[in-house]
Amino acid sequence: MSSSNLQLEAPLDPAFKVERRTATGRGDLLEVSMGPQHPSTHGVFRMDVVLDGERVTKLKPVFGYLHRNHEKIAENTTYLGSMPYTDRLDYFCSLTNNWAYALTVEKLAGLQPPERAEYIRVITAEFTRLQNHVCLIGFLLQDMGASGTPLMYAFREREAILDLFESLTGARMMCNYMRFGGCRVDLPSGWLDQASKVVDRFPRFLDEFDRLISGNEILAARTQGVGVLPRELAVSASVTGPVLRASGVNYDIRKVDKYGIYDRFSFRVPLGDHGDVYDRYMVRVLEMHESLAILKSALRDIPPGPIMDPKAKLRSFKPKAGEAYGRIESAKGELGFYVISDGSANPYRYRVRPPSLINLTVLEDMCVGHTVADAVIILGSIDIVLGEVDR
Amino acid sequence: MMESLEALVSRMASVLPAIDVSLVPNEAPGGPSSLRVAPQDGRRAAEFFKSDPGLRLDYLSNLTGVDWPDRVTKQKVKSKRLVDGVEKEVEETLETRTPGFLEVVYHLYSIELKHGPLIFRMRTADRMAGVHLPSMTPVWRGAEFQEREVFDLYGVRFDSHPDLRRLLMWETFEDHPMRKDYVEPNDYEYEPTAHDEVLAKIKERDSSGVSGTA
Amino acid sequence: MLGTGLIKGMAETARNFVGSFLEEDRLTTVEYPEERIPAKEAARSFPFLVFDGDDAEKGLRCVACQICEKECPPQCIFILKDTAKKPDFVGKMQFQPKVFDIDVSVCMSCQICVEVCPFEAIKMDVDFELSRFDRFEGLLIHKDELSKPNSYFRKIHPTDAAAVDANLAAEKAKAEAKAVADAAAKAKAASAAAAGLAAPAKPAAAAPPPPPTPADPILKSASSSTAGPGLAETGSGKTHAPAHGS
Repeated sequence: MSSSNLQLEAPLDPAFKVERRTATGRGDLLEVSMGPQHPSTHGVFRMDVVLDGERVTKLKPVFGYLHRNHEKIAENTTYLGSMPYTDRLDYFCSLTNNWAYALTVEKLAGLQPPERAEYIRVITAEFTRLQNHVCLIGFLLQDMGASGTPLMYAFREREAILDLFESLTGARMMCNYMRFGGCRVDLPSGWLDQASKVVDRFPRFLDEFDRLISGNEILAARTQGVGVLPRELAVSASVTGPVLRASGVNYDIRKVDKYGIYDRFSFRVPLGDHGDVYDRYMVRVLEMHESLAILKSALRDIPPGPIMDPKAKLRSFKPKAGEAYGRIESAKGELGFYVISDGSANPYRYRVRPPSLINLTVLEDMCVGHTVADAVIILGSIDIVLGEVDR
Repeated sequence: MMESLEALVSRMASVLPAIDVSLVPNEAPGGPSSLRVAPQDGRRAAEFFKSDPGLRLDYLSNLTGVDWPDRVTKQKVKSKRLVDGVEKEVEETLETRTPGFLEVVYHLYSIELKHGPLIFRMRTADRMAGVHLPSMTPVWRGAEFQEREVFDLYGVRFDSHPDLRRLLMWETFEDHPMRKDYVEPNDYEYEPTAHDEVLAKIKERDSSGVSGTA
Repeated sequence: MLGTGLIKGMAETARNFVGSFLEEDRLTTVEYPEERIPAKEAARSFPFLVFDGDDAEKGLRCVACQICEKECPPQCIFILKDTAKKPDFVGKMQFQPKVFDIDVSVCMSCQICVEVCPFEAIKMDVDFELSRFDRFEGLLIHKDELSKPNSYFRKIHPTDAAAVDANLAAEKAKAEAKAVADAAAKAKAASAAAAGLAAPAKPAAAAPPPPPTPADPILKSASSSTAGPGLAETGSGKTHAPAHGS
């Protein structure tokens, strides 16, 4: 992709006006449509990139290749009927998606899940965070050219967590587990021991991974100082999750809102200092350590008892008119649901606040001035899932 | 903690001259009420929310549209009237037409003071030509993609948005799919699936009158 | 020293490589399809219909109430009711499905149909090898292929099946006890009527059975005529409510 005299017949996009000459006058700018079938774009994501040599001078993300109007589908189905569709938003984290939606509808209908259900939710959500971060790190290293090895090790660890999900919910990815007012089924016998085993074994993987890659000189050279996101821009652009915390902003919804029973666990919020790709990588590694701490105490303290609010009902569920906004700290950022009820069986308005999409607002700011190869890892460090970006 | 919405409304009225802001109640047990701001005062209110030392709402969490189509409410009115020289009580049905509008809802939080949410909403004049609202992108950069999405799916035009294009649908698409009166076009090119037959069978069965009986 | 990080990483790769021969948890792959991991008990793929006994037609638990069809989010179930009725496991006359199709090309295995079924009639299978030659008719699975015996359900989900069986047995015992009590009451009333011919007949026996009052309107239409043999619903007016109702 060096500079060439290639002239495009028309700009790729009507609103996409490009000056043909660079400021230095060394050569023509090159427009590249990266994606939607590019292997580094994590799905069907497209970026219209303008290159000066190998440097990115302009970058516009193009969305919609996986758009299925999830919100419209949800407005035409019952409250319960949208629950399996939420699995398919961010298909790595179906259990946190379930939780965010259930939390919102519980606010709307005034339901209160019993204590055991809250513990199960925390346990499954933290396992979800673990396996999401594991995969993200694997994919990020894959984007950097560390083909295969770290990703395979990451997937091996994820497998143990997916086995837990399967024996609890029946499915590995599309769990469809939470219900308004609780959870669908109770933990099967022996599940807690199995989960404790996974939690006890996980630090070994993190240490191995640390030795494998964190001290690696090539990793440091590729990621440090690349894709810096300044603190002020991160706050103003509504960036959330590990990307925000890597820029040094202490904002974790588990700490701020204390939804569920997160006020009972002590954990630290890892913060970055520079806001570059390396910090985003390290923040996720440290977050996994904190998730393990939460899991350990949750698996120890989980009480027996019912798992559903007795007021909850499965069929002909019609919350009273009103609106509610519920948000949780999902692995990718703030996942919010905004539901307006008009008293009927279907929500009048159903909105998903997708963290992946909104974190992409700053993609251009982070990429301009870097090379194409860096743009790939900057995108990888944001951690997007197209099922959620396009909905 | 943040001040109550009533106190905020009265403080806004004293700080910002001639501002049109009112309280919208919310009946859900868990959800807070919201503020309604007139579109012409939107930017002033937003800058106040962001910069006021007691609020410091520096984080626009969620921005979304809601469609409220025209509503027709029927009311039966009894009145006495002279019919053929005799006074009779006549029952009439009065139709009142409430014009619809599009609404944009903003959920604000403060990262600095860790409070929130403050919810405010703005309404367009109607659903046809007057669908203009001020853009919040200059205040909160996070509004950029979300306003593009609302423009795409609802057709609200955000004035002074830097790059107002469709976000999810393609450039040449004409309608706004999230509106309540949206009709799917029937000229899609698509691959037939077995499911079309199932849906057709359901339709046929339901239209035959007897629910589910062969 | 520059390069130590790289060498450390290489050592870690070597450890994993050697470890995959020695430790079981470092090698998690199996050679499918020769080797298979046994299915988890909670695992689910697509729904199937349960029948009791040996005859799929007679023992089918489904009463064609169409609740699952209405609740299915992608609308992949299609049911046509048969006009004829047949007795269910407690002997009550119920409708049965004439056509029951599941379109597995759109089914998303969410198991909402299983949760809403009040008759324990639809359950999740674990069979996932469903490739077909024809993607239209082949993926539309019909009633005869969907019906599977209760013994199969017991095999794939033992814990769940045991709970369901216990529930149904308790219900059946209750229904039988009630039938015996009703018969006794009837006999007593008849003998009383025979003894005192002059006295007006007691309304308790002569009155038609009161209509059942299930909590659920859809259920009501499914079991509106409950005059089964030997099951006159008199007395409390309480219906044979499914164990797993709303």
